[in-house]
Amino acid sequence: MKIKEKLTSTDQKGKRSILEDIGRFFYTFLSEAGEIFILLCQAFFWLFRAPLKWKITLKQMGEVGVNSVPVTLITATFTGMVLALQSYIGFKRFNAETMVGTVVALSMVRELGPVLTGLIVAGRAGSEMAAELGTMKVTEQIDALYTLAVDPIHYLIVPRILAGIIMLPVLTILADFIGIAGGYLLSIKVLKANPVIYMRRTFDHMELSDIYIGLLKSSCFGLIISTVGCHKGLSTEGGAEGVGKATTGAVVLSSMLILISDYILTALLF
Amino acid sequence: MDTIIELIDVHKSFNTKQVLRGLNLKILRGESMVVVGGSGSGKSVLMKIVIGLLKPDMGKVIVEGEEINKLSGRNLNNFRKKFGMLFQGGALFDSLSVWENVGFALLEHTDLSKEEIRAKASEKLDMVGLQGIEDLMPSELSGGMKKRVALARAIAMEPDILLYDEPTTGLDPIMADVINELILHMKKSLNISSLTITHDMKSAYKIADRMAMLFEGRIIQVGIPEKLQITSNPIVYQFITGSARGPITDKNYQR
Repeated sequence: MKIKEKLTSTDQKGKRSILEDIGRFFYTFLSEAGEIFILLCQAFFWLFRAPLKWKITLKQMGEVGVNSVPVTLITATFTGMVLALQSYIGFKRFNAETMVGTVVALSMVRELGPVLTGLIVAGRAGSEMAAELGTMKVTEQIDALYTLAVDPIHYLIVPRILAGIIMLPVLTILADFIGIAGGYLLSIKVLKANPVIYMRRTFDHMELSDIYIGLLKSSCFGLIISTVGCHKGLSTEGGAEGVGKATTGAVVLSSMLILISDYILTALLF
Repeated sequence: MDTIIELIDVHKSFNTKQVLRGLNLKILRGESMVVVGGSGSGKSVLMKIVIGLLKPDMGKVIVEGEEINKLSGRNLNNFRKKFGMLFQGGALFDSLSVWENVGFALLEHTDLSKEEIRAKASEKLDMVGLQGIEDLMPSELSGGMKKRVALARAIAMEPDILLYDEPTTGLDPIMADVINELILHMKKSLNISSLTITHDMKSAYKIADRMAMLFEGRIIQVGIPEKLQITSNPIVYQFITGSARGPITDKNYQR
């Protein structure tokens, strides 16, 4: 009898805990979304409430932008080259090799430039923000800022979010250019394409709006990377382990949000 | 003497854990109040509530006649200029040099030139017995030096109230006494009221004008150190004598 009672009670426990898990998942998801939104609103208000910290903003722009140049260059070069190679193999099957330039240029400018740059910067700068702010949180430096009558949102968050919004498009322009150049060099040197025709195909079908849309997307990615990085950093708890979790969390969440919002933005801005 | 900080029936809980359950405490102008209590008794929470980093669930915190838990945003920020706080680990900003740390509030809140602020920072560093380290980074300092730099930062804006969060924890006995001497010196030379939380009884006796014992979210006894030493309260007695047996540990077993 006693054993039976025990069994049924654990059964009930088991069932409840599944429901509990589902509930907890949605609860954490919604509360985190809410926290990120609130952080964004606070940052927006501070942008107008007090003069901008120019020095810190410039430093963060260097951190996000300049320091991400090498990885962006390498990624873009190889992406451009592999795009040229792949589309050449495909187009050769129906004798449309001359279209390679068009495909490389449009794919880079509209899609791969912004998205790959976003993902790379999420891994480099987003994680750095989360780790730095997370360490400041667990060592009470954030509390210390409050006690010195300085608001961390104004002093730490606004410069980082601005740096993300401004520098991502800059990096994307670089990636677009280098990616197209990579595709061009591979087509001319390895696939022996005609340089004049390739260049013409590259720019004939491109419109300014292709570039605008790409840059607009990258600006949104910059906002996502820095806001998520800052949120994860500020909500860090529990020492070195917490900082590790915050860093990983920032990269995973911002990468997912970049891919999801990429689809939504592309569908909207068609 | 008038009251500078008053906490009335303060309650605070995190999720389901009740930390403060009706805490009452008065700190008089110019006195050094030391709150002692075991780890996890809510000392740090008490301190964070006083400076407005945490909001109490219930009760009032009155600092210089103003209710701090009713302030928010910019008013709260300005109100915090009355306070200086020394954090347990120092909490120096690692990205700034020593003098920028000490002069941080001055850099942010005043229009003084960099040279003037640097000179003021050197003056404050001199007060805590440090010379010639203005351009070092916090990572290059020892634990005791970090604490002293943090103390210099806390007094940079010449606050009325200083909060010390476990000032001697993690220091060797000599450095701990240096910090105690500094706390006494600050009180005398700057006429500062202070609230210290610690579990270092030696330090508490040395710096306290009055002591209070925090247990299970309430202040169970307040008085001058001599009075606490001859207490009839068994809980306080066990804590100040540092014994493993007594009502506090019995309670822990019961939980």
